[in-house]
Amino acid sequence: MISKEDIQGLAKLARLELSDADLPTLGGEIGHILAFVEVIQKAEVPAKTSAPLHRNVMREDGTPHEGNLHTETLLSAAPAREGNRIMVKQVISRTRKR
Amino acid sequence: MELSQLTIAEARRALDSKEYSALELTDAYLEAIARKDAELHAYLEVWAESARAEARSADERIAAGSAQTLTGIPLAIKDNMLIEGRIASAASKMLEHYSASYDASVVRTLKDHGVVFLGRTNMDEFALGSSTENSAFGPTKNPHDASRIPGGTSGGSTAAVAAGLALGALGSDTGGSIRQPSAFCGVVGLKPTYGAVSRYGLIAAASSLDQIGTIGKNVDDAALLFGAIAGHDTKDGTSLREKGSGRTMKKKLGVPRAFLGAGMGIESDMKARFDETLTRLKGDGYTLVDVDLPSLAYALAAYYIINPAEVSTNLARFDGIRYGHSVQAETIHEVYTHSRAAFGPEVQRRILVGTFVLSSGYADAYYRKARAVRDLIRADLSKVLEEVDAIALPTSPVAPWKFGEKADPTAMYAADIFTVPVNLAGTPAISVPSGSVVRDGVKLPVGFQLIAGHGCEETLFSIGKDVEKGNSQ
Repeated sequence: MISKEDIQGLAKLARLELSDADLPTLGGEIGHILAFVEVIQKAEVPAKTSAPLHRNVMREDGTPHEGNLHTETLLSAAPAREGNRIMVKQVISRTRKR
Repeated sequence: MELSQLTIAEARRALDSKEYSALELTDAYLEAIARKDAELHAYLEVWAESARAEARSADERIAAGSAQTLTGIPLAIKDNMLIEGRIASAASKMLEHYSASYDASVVRTLKDHGVVFLGRTNMDEFALGSSTENSAFGPTKNPHDASRIPGGTSGGSTAAVAAGLALGALGSDTGGSIRQPSAFCGVVGLKPTYGAVSRYGLIAAASSLDQIGTIGKNVDDAALLFGAIAGHDTKDGTSLREKGSGRTMKKKLGVPRAFLGAGMGIESDMKARFDETLTRLKGDGYTLVDVDLPSLAYALAAYYIINPAEVSTNLARFDGIRYGHSVQAETIHEVYTHSRAAFGPEVQRRILVGTFVLSSGYADAYYRKARAVRDLIRADLSKVLEEVDAIALPTSPVAPWKFGEKADPTAMYAADIFTVPVNLAGTPAISVPSGSVVRDGVKLPVGFQLIAGHGCEETLFSIGKDVEKGNSQ
């Protein structure tokens, strides 16, 4: 069982809003799922994992395409726009809000 | 044309020899959809007008002699692949009205082939689930038994092919989401090698696990579709540069007996069908080898840590700002939380579990541990696949269950036991129908799963065809 406070903490991190009514059920379900995966603790793994094999897939620098080619297409999907910009609520506030 | 028997190969032959036109073929499918889909609900949206236009273009190409393998072939596309200008909702209220800004690479390829897009098919919301019950727009029914699930998350695609409502389909497989519904609907489903098919334009669930794959009535059809969509794509950073190379067949199959023992939750008649398929293959000259895959005991746990972790990251983009469902609010934080209320319950659970296993204080014990276990699973499978052509397993331990029967999320997770190891390792796998079981007097199909080494799709097709051959005897 994972506590109400823990679930609310996770919800805050995940930007999900959970009602007080949802909390007991979700707490039970999340706790149950974590118990389901708990067996992973018993697995014996090497102390140091090898570095994954990666290669650079980035393309060379250069002009990707002419400007504004996709602007309208992408902006037309935005819920709130003003000209060539997506409108959002104030992100940074000067007054401390909790 | 008998839609229930028709294959892509046969349709190609008939179209090229002008037995019927692409328009007649598309009309036949649209008519079948109009007749059967209100009940089945395989499709979320049918594009009748544009399908007919695509069919007419295909007929022009066929007349001009410039038809390709898939020109004029009517396909169904899972609702999580972007087709420019059309809605792609991942069966979620979050994207209910989202119109795709671009074509997925596989869609671009199919458009070049002159394919007919019949419509977008139902799925579990954001590809999270095993039954298509998690769709925000209602479940799809199993064509063999309307009281039972078709499987998930590609349940709409597999039901469409099984019910003669599409000649082939694309699905996506993150933990079994093509193979399991293919098994449950009695069709062939392929999950390619990770990186073999571009994920550009596939709405991401878990980026290190997702692959687009193919669904057809038989192995040849699934292989044909795969051949068309596989290939390197510069737009997908995980796309493989080299095509898989064939391997000389040893005609040896690995069977992980320890993983199939009592206590693994396999229904006895499902196990019997699996053993019978093995016996038929033995009769066809295959050697069966008992193989040891000790790390598979942790595959479900590793999967249900890594999947939620990646899902929680991928779904963070749905915040009501750039696209999708958006709710006006006083503060930006409330815009996020009120918009994200559009997620269904399983999506919420996965995000919360994912957030937990990635959070400070827990990430080492859960996420990094799961990553280490994943490396072990990859190594185990790799070692075994050096000795055998393929590993054989049932696709599912249980037959398709009734709607609502697996309400407990972990009961649903447990049914993924034979499919998740494949996505963790990145190897290709196929489910081929082989035998049936009876539930409440109704015959239900059973899927036989083959897992091959990286790039060895040809091995899967070869053995898969032998399974089909054995079944028709």
